[in-house]
Amino acid sequence: MDSEFHLRVNERTHTITAAAETPLLYVLTDELALQGPRFGCGLGQCGCCSVLADGVEIRSCITPVSKVASKSITTLEGLPAYYASRMKLRQAPELHPLQEALIAEQAVQCGYCYNGQIIKGAELLFKNPSPSEAQIRSAMNGHLCRCGTYPRILLAIQRASKRIAALKQSEEAAHA
Amino acid sequence: MHNAANAHELDRREFLKATGSLVVGFSAAETLAAQAPVPGAGARGAVSGPPDDAELDSYIAVHPNNTVTIFSGYVELGQGGPTALRQIAAEELDLDFDQVQTVRNDTFVCTNGATYASMTVGVGGVKLRAAAAEARRVLLGLAAERLSVPVEELIVTRGVAAVRSAPQRSVTYGDLLGDKRFNHRYEAVPYRGLGLELPRTNPNNAPPKPRAEYRVVGQRMPRIDIPDKVTGKYVYIQHVRVPGMLHGRVVWPRGQGAYGLSDPKVSSIDEQSIKDVPGAKIVRKGNFIGVAAEREWDAVRAARQLKVTWDAFAPLPGSDGLHDSFRAAKTKDLVVADTGDVARTFNQEAHVASGTYLGPYHSHGTMAPNCAVADVRQDGALVMCSDQAIYQTRSSVAQFLGLPPEKVRVQFYSGSNTYGSSCYVEAALAAALMSKELSKPVRVQLSREDELGWDNYGPAHLADLRGAVDENGKIVAFEYQGWGHGSPGPNTVVQLALGAAPRVSDPNGGGLFQLRLSQNDMYDIPNRRMVDHRVASQIGGGYLRIGALRAPLDPPYFFAQEGMMDELAYLARLDPYEFRKRNISHPRWLGVLKAATDAAKWTPRVAASGLSSARIAVGRGIGLGTHHVPMNQGDRITFAAAVVEIEVNKDTGAVLAKHVYGAMDCGLAVNPAIVESQIVGMSIHGASLALKEEVTFDHAHVTSLDWNSYPVLRFGEHPAVTPIVVQRINEKSTGAGEEVLPAVVAAIGNAFFDATGVRIRQFPLTPKRVLAALAG
Repeated sequence: MDSEFHLRVNERTHTITAAAETPLLYVLTDELALQGPRFGCGLGQCGCCSVLADGVEIRSCITPVSKVASKSITTLEGLPAYYASRMKLRQAPELHPLQEALIAEQAVQCGYCYNGQIIKGAELLFKNPSPSEAQIRSAMNGHLCRCGTYPRILLAIQRASKRIAALKQSEEAAHA
Repeated sequence: MHNAANAHELDRREFLKATGSLVVGFSAAETLAAQAPVPGAGARGAVSGPPDDAELDSYIAVHPNNTVTIFSGYVELGQGGPTALRQIAAEELDLDFDQVQTVRNDTFVCTNGATYASMTVGVGGVKLRAAAAEARRVLLGLAAERLSVPVEELIVTRGVAAVRSAPQRSVTYGDLLGDKRFNHRYEAVPYRGLGLELPRTNPNNAPPKPRAEYRVVGQRMPRIDIPDKVTGKYVYIQHVRVPGMLHGRVVWPRGQGAYGLSDPKVSSIDEQSIKDVPGAKIVRKGNFIGVAAEREWDAVRAARQLKVTWDAFAPLPGSDGLHDSFRAAKTKDLVVADTGDVARTFNQEAHVASGTYLGPYHSHGTMAPNCAVADVRQDGALVMCSDQAIYQTRSSVAQFLGLPPEKVRVQFYSGSNTYGSSCYVEAALAAALMSKELSKPVRVQLSREDELGWDNYGPAHLADLRGAVDENGKIVAFEYQGWGHGSPGPNTVVQLALGAAPRVSDPNGGGLFQLRLSQNDMYDIPNRRMVDHRVASQIGGGYLRIGALRAPLDPPYFFAQEGMMDELAYLARLDPYEFRKRNISHPRWLGVLKAATDAAKWTPRVAASGLSSARIAVGRGIGLGTHHVPMNQGDRITFAAAVVEIEVNKDTGAVLAKHVYGAMDCGLAVNPAIVESQIVGMSIHGASLALKEEVTFDHAHVTSLDWNSYPVLRFGEHPAVTPIVVQRINEKSTGAGEEVLPAVVAAIGNAFFDATGVRIRQFPLTPKRVLAALAG
């Protein structure tokens, strides 16, 4: 049985007609044509489908659309703008610092899991801008990578952490 | 005809164009039309291939803006191959890296390459180098004519040919040939060739550039695919949608059963069980069952809800009884190496070690279950999929549908990691069949359980090893007796749909094993015997489908070989590195051993000589590895060595790999940074194989169907990795995606012995196995 939902995704509201139990993932990919969140297991086990709901990482493949109708969803596509608003930057950057760091580290191989790696890594950096290695390992443990790029994701999160600290300092200096 | 459905399709396309970045593919009617434009193809257009490999136009097109496109036929599987190919083309053509483009692999556009067995650079690169060198020669001939100077007077920079003594007189490649054909035949390195530069018999062939002059090859160019992959712009096959498409799912038993003895037979099907799913359709052909619906979630629901009962399967030995069943089975035995007098030497020598080593089936475990989109018409078919060899998919699909191959167009879109034959062909065949039956384009997305349960698994293996050393620590005899079973016959979807008689390609086992067992010649051993026991799958119950999975058979092979070498080193009271130095003379094997041990700051010590009573024991181990390729494929041996440091928790049995030092000599590394990232990936994959991965099955079905029942190495437990590329500019390029993997598996086994003084001869080293071994 279909119902109508008003879904806020990347700061735009969409009206969606879907069965209430439809996983959010299928709405994002098939109705909104987003390429960030993607199917990996449909079981919430791998993290390919991750999005932020009110800033909290969730698995869109097992989250019914009806459960997030009142929340603000951020996908990989909307991450730089969301980062700018969280950091109160005057201008949204083209990339989140973690995305820049992953390019700098040449971390990516197939890249399929990177939607989730970036969403989860960004969530971690919002909560804890200077995580220790142990904290990074713990936070990221639910995101699988089969190409074996974990060591470089770890380096990229550390690199992004430094970059965010530096940006914060220069923003503060500009405000002062 | 403008009916409601068409209007809806149009709306949807417009909608997607307006709102999202999701790719909108074209229908078969559009893409199969003659002369359909292909970006980058220039004057070639799109014509059903493969194009004539002796025509230069088959490989390279020059554009008016002084860029070129290469049609290499090798695809991006996440390993960076196309970036390296661009470097090779830029080098030979005297272009900058960013003046060379690649195109989507497409049987109407590209040459016939196969992106497996680490062939992209080692074979594809050689073909491309020959073509690019020839193209440069033709272009320089044209430039000499245009500028009225001898060719020798020209110098080329960034595709601009200028007169050496008067550089203002110049012409660009684009001016000379922009979007026009070369129309030039040359002696190509053949499609089915060995990837060798020589002999090309025609003395007029353009010689490749001297390697001392390289300025693009050998450089650490950033990969071309990475920026789009971190922003979500990269298009994976899972993103592809076409107008009017249905979402399809395959319905088959949960986990495959015995292969080669029977195939799943539908006993009954209850169509009423999905009557509440809007618009759900069932496709049934033979024992193939699929469901399709306009909305994806409805297709998923239909696949989950549809009640199908299947006839009982032929028995499997169960994962716990697997290796015993190998030993009990009737085998066809092949002696694949026999030098000296092994039996006599073992009788005479006092220092003999022996042991039985075991390895399980592994799954490819792709991050993304495979997916394909097919649009099948009466007169042709378009299939979009992530096959490693699109022309092979074309043959499979054409044969299955009863179409001539040239009427089938296959386009490659990257999936996730695959590292060999995961279920991509099954997805393509299922999509093609469902599209044909429903007369609409169909997208088939396999589920996690489909992918883990119906994979072509990496082969399970049993090996009895014996070795003897003399007083000086020299190996005097070595014997390896290996057991394994054959490789698969027809694809599962074909077998289900057409009821093809169950068969394996060789009822007594495939040739895969013979190749692997015939080449352990990195050690200098006077008396050596290798026996391949090919298990017939008809005897004692059936087995699982196997196929190529990254360095096929090499992980269990090197786990066994290098384990036995360590046992011999221990017998001789020698440090494991010192023992290998005494028994290896090949400079390139010694080179990677030195590189890995130097990086690890290896100090000489007999294994297990530093045992402690602490709860956490630490250890280190060495392993060698390669991906054995048959000599008749051009002697493309890559040399790899690994040192791994581990921790063993004696209370919980948990083994943690802490640091991997992986060294690889793949000849000329076209892009050392990409090779380093392959070493990192193989190190993590190797730790995952050594410690976690194992396909489990009961007496009827595979039971490891998700990431809990098929565990893989996680972020929290990954080792640090130090990759070392041993660059050899003047050697031919060999593979770089497989060889460190088995070395790491072997090194972890050896590190466990060093940490505990206990040898475990079966991987993965799960806590259960570790605790059992420590309890003695």
